[in-house]
Amino acid sequence: MTSTSPIAATSTSTPAPAIALQDLEKSFGAIRIICGIDLVIPAGERHAVIGPNGAGKSTLFHLISGHYRPTAGSIRLNGEEIAGMAPEKINRRGLSRSFQITNIFPQLSVWENIRCATLWSMGYRYAFWRNVERLADAREKTERILSEINLLHRWNVPAGELAYAEQRALEIGLAIAGDASVLLLDEPMAGMSHAETERMVGLIRTVSEGRTLLMIEHDMSVIFGLADKISVLVYGELLASDTPENIKSNAAVQQAYLGTEAA
Amino acid sequence: MLEIVFVSTINGVLFGMLLFLMASGLTVIFSMMGVLNLAHASFYMLGAFFGFEISRHIGFWPALILAPILVALIGMVVERFGLRRVHRYGHVAELLFTFGLTFVIQQVVEMVWGRLPVNYVVPPSLNFSAFTIFSTTYPAFKVFELLTAVAIFVVLLLIIRRTRIGLIVQAALTHPDMVGMLGHNVDRIFMLVFGVGVALAAVAGVIAGPALVTQSNMAGLLGPILFVVVVVGGLGSLSGAFAASLLIGLVQTFAVAFDISLADLFGPLDLDNALGDYLNDIWNVTIAQVAPILPYLLLVLVLIVRPRGLMGMRDT
Amino acid sequence: MTGTSFSLPPPTPGGATSNPVLRYGIWVLVAAGLLLLPQVFSSGLAISTMCLMGTMVIFALSYNMLLGQTGLLSFGHAVFLGLGGFLTAHAMNMGADGLFPLPLMFMPIVGGVTGLAFGILFGAVCTRRAGTAFAMITLGIAELVASSALILRHVFGGEEGISVDRTELPQPLGIVFGPQIEVYYLIAAWCFVSMLAMYAITRTPFGRMCNAVRDNPVRVSFIGYNTTTIRFIAFSLAGLFAGIAGGLTAINFELVNAAQMGAAESGTVILMAYIGGTGFFAGPIIGAVLVTYLQLMLSDITNVWQLYFGLMFIGIVMYAPNGIVGLLAAQRPLLERRCLHRMIPYYVLALVPGLGALAGLSMVIEMTTQLSVSGSEGMSMSLMHIPFEADSVVPWSIAVVLLLAGGYGFLRAAAVTRNAYDTATADRRAG
Repeated sequence: MTSTSPIAATSTSTPAPAIALQDLEKSFGAIRIICGIDLVIPAGERHAVIGPNGAGKSTLFHLISGHYRPTAGSIRLNGEEIAGMAPEKINRRGLSRSFQITNIFPQLSVWENIRCATLWSMGYRYAFWRNVERLADAREKTERILSEINLLHRWNVPAGELAYAEQRALEIGLAIAGDASVLLLDEPMAGMSHAETERMVGLIRTVSEGRTLLMIEHDMSVIFGLADKISVLVYGELLASDTPENIKSNAAVQQAYLGTEAA
Repeated sequence: MLEIVFVSTINGVLFGMLLFLMASGLTVIFSMMGVLNLAHASFYMLGAFFGFEISRHIGFWPALILAPILVALIGMVVERFGLRRVHRYGHVAELLFTFGLTFVIQQVVEMVWGRLPVNYVVPPSLNFSAFTIFSTTYPAFKVFELLTAVAIFVVLLLIIRRTRIGLIVQAALTHPDMVGMLGHNVDRIFMLVFGVGVALAAVAGVIAGPALVTQSNMAGLLGPILFVVVVVGGLGSLSGAFAASLLIGLVQTFAVAFDISLADLFGPLDLDNALGDYLNDIWNVTIAQVAPILPYLLLVLVLIVRPRGLMGMRDT
Repeated sequence: MTGTSFSLPPPTPGGATSNPVLRYGIWVLVAAGLLLLPQVFSSGLAISTMCLMGTMVIFALSYNMLLGQTGLLSFGHAVFLGLGGFLTAHAMNMGADGLFPLPLMFMPIVGGVTGLAFGILFGAVCTRRAGTAFAMITLGIAELVASSALILRHVFGGEEGISVDRTELPQPLGIVFGPQIEVYYLIAAWCFVSMLAMYAITRTPFGRMCNAVRDNPVRVSFIGYNTTTIRFIAFSLAGLFAGIAGGLTAINFELVNAAQMGAAESGTVILMAYIGGTGFFAGPIIGAVLVTYLQLMLSDITNVWQLYFGLMFIGIVMYAPNGIVGLLAAQRPLLERRCLHRMIPYYVLALVPGLGALAGLSMVIEMTTQLSVSGSEGMSMSLMHIPFEADSVVPWSIAVVLLLAGGYGFLRAAAVTRNAYDTATADRRAG
């Protein structure tokens, strides 16, 4: 789809931003959860979304990833309009995500979980005539990703039987297995111990290498070390979007978010 | 012609209300517990047979009260000791459990009452004609059926609108995921809802039994139509179930009343080849003969146009 | 056991072995078994029973492509069996008239193509929804087809159905397919090929994605796949194999009628797959063989055999949701730990009261039948060659005591056994 909006127009000179939201809105019945968000995330940026509970962070992710259909507004992925597209179509265009509540294939082994997530991007689609065990490239990639998320030694275990932190790692693995250029991680550290969180930060740092990262996180200390930019979402509106330092010193943010946390 | 239209309309509304008596319980159970009770029509059949057996010994009126209570008790036992256990294995297992129940109930009914129709007749106190319209005398029992169904409909509406448990049911209809947050008495509510739901089906059985044939295949005949009703209406939508019940009730009774085929309308088909034989099958079939497949045709058509059903909001 | 091995053999979930000798060896054994079975069970009855089993194995496996592999509960799978059968029958009749020169041994292809075509047609409607709605739509479509069959008399032959004579077809290899044993080998060959094909499909990218859809359809759409397309392909392929089974049924019975695609047949295939175990490739095979055998055997000895079926099915749904193969597979960790012998006393402990309860239950069922339905034939009956009166107190007391005491004992013993099993398997995990 071609568009005449300024964001698309700039794409001729500079590369299009990885994600560009414009007047994005979502209502459930009479309740507005997202009330008009404008946000541009350039390719390669590590961007964090923070905000109090119920601010609409997860809803925002659901909109970008196609889980929900926006009520109004535009979402562009690498310059292309994706608002209202089915999740798989958005995924095929290079956006992948993880979930706040672990969302894996519990009966499949760890190995199958990751391999399934690689298949589409490797072009195997719905092939019911090829032996999946003989696909050397899928196998190599699965092995690589499993060692990256440090689950190679657990390859044969049904995913449902993994420990919580391992399932969270697998969740990340599912998100990166398809070679997406844009990664959405929804509270990847939720419910983890301090040591586990540190390992996860390291993992996120590696997997976001060369990708655009958009993540939701509650733990401020984690974000300030990881994110290039932070957006603060309060009651469905974008309060601020700036570098971690500026966010820290932003009075409005302190009042709305950091202030409440300190209190 | 006017006569056919009038009588068919009453009969259609009557059939529709009986369907809704069952579909309402089915819908509420589905909304709250997430399981479509495939054995719902079997409880309707149990109602008819209990109604028959009780009226044989102590009369129709006690049967109208006792049979649904008995069925409700059986339903609650099934929920408490069967469904609740299977719940942990997921929805497919729950569906299969109720599916297995249809087998068992049918076989038990056959074991006790045999395969032939039982002699469940209209009680003498209602065995007269209510009114004569044109040349058709309309039996009082059918009027009674209609009144009972409407009365229950009104009572249900009041319960759902005015009582605490009604509020919970309403909440479940609009926000099914919230049911789990009802607190510790959710188990008792489920058991109660299941009991009341199948009791409604049993009432339909008690009052439909004398007018229709009370036989061990009646669940198998009605069940599929009932499920068409809830899918066409939109799974989990009470108003959708109401609309679909009336729609299918009317469509079926009107179709039965019209003994017309394409051949009657356009004259016989003159084709003298093998293909002609096949086409003649379609050409000569009357609308009345097609009546049994109309609900299913309607189902397919509705789903092509509106995959979620007439008033369905949910995806599963 | 495999935890530290980093030179990854291709992992094969579901417990299948990765050893190529074993993997191919099993198929060689199956082929040999199919070839040799008629030597072992050579009576006429045995051979026609095995013919029926062979078709049912294909049918049940095709059903499990939906239920076990993709998590789709269909209540109308017999439609494809029936339509495949009817079209094969028509093709055979045309073949006999010289209009359709396909040798009999390839006739099931007609059934398969029919099944595939209708799978595509109906799948386009059904698979737009999943879960409960999908189940209800398949039920509706099945009713639609079954009712239409009674209207379109020339296609479906009305109440009598369509009959064929398989011996009238071209006989390129000189095989007449008159004797039942020749039909057995035809069915066995198609059964083997179909089993192999359906197994192979589980090991393809598509097959794995079916499992993913079964486990978590929402997640599937976030890894690039369209869940509706996966369901649609699975539905169509299941139709293909059910159609092959239908074609073989037409050849086997030389008759197809509308009952073959009715609700009862659709229900039977659910029973077969589930009783055998939907989580395992072998489950529906075992289920089809067992259910077919029990159908034939039980219907000989009791009038209410379907009640026993229903109760068995509910029992499996409630207490052994992984089916018979699931129960067997649960012994695998014990075998690996070499402590199966420790469990056997517990199994016996549970089995004895269980059998007692079963005996009590079947006494109640049989005596009730005698009292109500067969009442006109008098109250004298016999079970296990013991004659008694169905309306006397003693047998009822025995039945009730057996049922209650056995049932209670079984539940207690089952709990104890469960604990012992958990201990036996946990032991080794720790050690």
